[in-house]
Amino acid sequence: MKIVGLSGSKVGSKTRTAMNYTIDALVAKYPKIEVTLIDLAEYDVQFSDGRNYLEYEGDTGYVTKAIMEADAIIIGTPIFQASIPATLKNVFDLLPVNALRDKIVSMFVTAGSAKHYLVAEQQLKPILSYMKAQIVQTYVFIEESDFHRKEIVSDDVLFRIERLVEDTVVLTEAYGKIREEKDAEYDF
Amino acid sequence: MQKYRINPDEGLEFGIYTLGDHLPNPETGERISAQERLKEIIEYAKLADQAGLDFFSVGESHQEYFATQAHSVVLSAIAQATKNIKIGSSSTIISTSDPVRVYEDFATIDLISDGRAEIIAGRASRIGLFDLLGYNVRDYEELFEEKFDLLVKINEEEVINWEGEFRAPLRNASVLPRPKNGSLPIWRAVGGSPASAIKAGYAGVPMMMAHLGGPVSVFKRTIDAYRAALQSRGFDPAEFPVATAGFFYAAETSQQALREMYPHINEGMKKTNGQGFPKQHFAQGVDPQNIMNIGSPQQIIEKILHQHEVYGHQRYIAQIDFGGVPFERLMKNIELIGTEILPAIKKYTKKK
Repeated sequence: MKIVGLSGSKVGSKTRTAMNYTIDALVAKYPKIEVTLIDLAEYDVQFSDGRNYLEYEGDTGYVTKAIMEADAIIIGTPIFQASIPATLKNVFDLLPVNALRDKIVSMFVTAGSAKHYLVAEQQLKPILSYMKAQIVQTYVFIEESDFHRKEIVSDDVLFRIERLVEDTVVLTEAYGKIREEKDAEYDF
Repeated sequence: MQKYRINPDEGLEFGIYTLGDHLPNPETGERISAQERLKEIIEYAKLADQAGLDFFSVGESHQEYFATQAHSVVLSAIAQATKNIKIGSSSTIISTSDPVRVYEDFATIDLISDGRAEIIAGRASRIGLFDLLGYNVRDYEELFEEKFDLLVKINEEEVINWEGEFRAPLRNASVLPRPKNGSLPIWRAVGGSPASAIKAGYAGVPMMMAHLGGPVSVFKRTIDAYRAALQSRGFDPAEFPVATAGFFYAAETSQQALREMYPHINEGMKKTNGQGFPKQHFAQGVDPQNIMNIGSPQQIIEKILHQHEVYGHQRYIAQIDFGGVPFERLMKNIELIGTEILPAIKKYTKKK
């Protein structure tokens, strides 16, 4: 199983901090899973110009191919101007319309205040559904007050991250088995 | 229709097309050389000709896993190797070529083939060739429209006066040689959506509609949109042929057809497009209401006749060879088409 952790912003540290905790929890519990962390702050990704994802080179090609090869993606996103950051939206724009078909996608959100709670529900999930992802419905919402000096100081958040990781892996395994059985039934 | 060398009284035309892909056979993992693949394509055209098919065409793609970048050169060899079958491109990417050179090539193929050449011009589904051939992908749409217009003009006028943005002007220019009967059938390739079909209608040119799969009824909207657009510009839809192009595979049973074809399509699409073809969608391909022509010869006959009834189209062309299908299976398909499918289709669609 291949899982990509996608940290969706070039700004600030909260999303990356929470992604580090998420990846650590994933590796600790499931050492056999192949995990790739993509922090968009570390890559020079160009804007989508409409070409097939295979035709992008450099960092853009690396990011698109890593996502397309993954069985599951854990997205971490801050909230900017009442939506997801442009850097994360651009990743979706770089991919084909059905890019997330047969993939599990889960997410956590970092935000300055609780007022942003429904942004993921109303803005991120519709994109994932359109791209045909199997979504882990529950997401982890992490506020400013849960962080202190690049550490998560809320046990509640840590427990929820653990559960998010487990839900992602359980759904990926279950969906993979269902798909396999279904495909075998077709007998071709 | 005569201008496009089609006589509807003779019934629905049946052809074969290849994109010229050069992919490994997923069952063995082995890929033949580009030279073998090119010779196979020429042999494939010969067999189609001998089986009495109406049309054979070769596509232009400049990306990895393709072998017919110089598709007009391949068609020239096919012109020499065949006798009766009409031949063409599927498609020629006119956006990144000079229409004068394209016309010279195809008029020459027309003379070599004794009046059998046609051009299907398209916009390219992949855009890597813009960099390779020195064009800007930002001009994607305008390049096609301007060059396609010029190509059609060259076909219709012996002396050309023309000016545009992407090519030096032509002043009292003659584009030679001229085709055997004065002009070539020039089609516009359409990717299946009504928006693209409307453009073919506005231009007053025949439409070649390609499709992967899906309900027959959905593609009817595209054909209706094309004919309505023709009419809106004062053209008579009865004078313009429509062709459809898509996956085809015949075997003894539909299950065997699915089994033999699926790995080629799935693995081939992974390599050329980056995503496979879901089994769920492919399994629906054998349904009588699905536009993919996969199944037993009898099922395929019924599918094609149903499509003909719904679309009233003049030509269907089949893609059988995608994804490294072994040549003996292509031979078997041509045999089934020639002995069972084609005679039945002609029998039921010919005007008595």
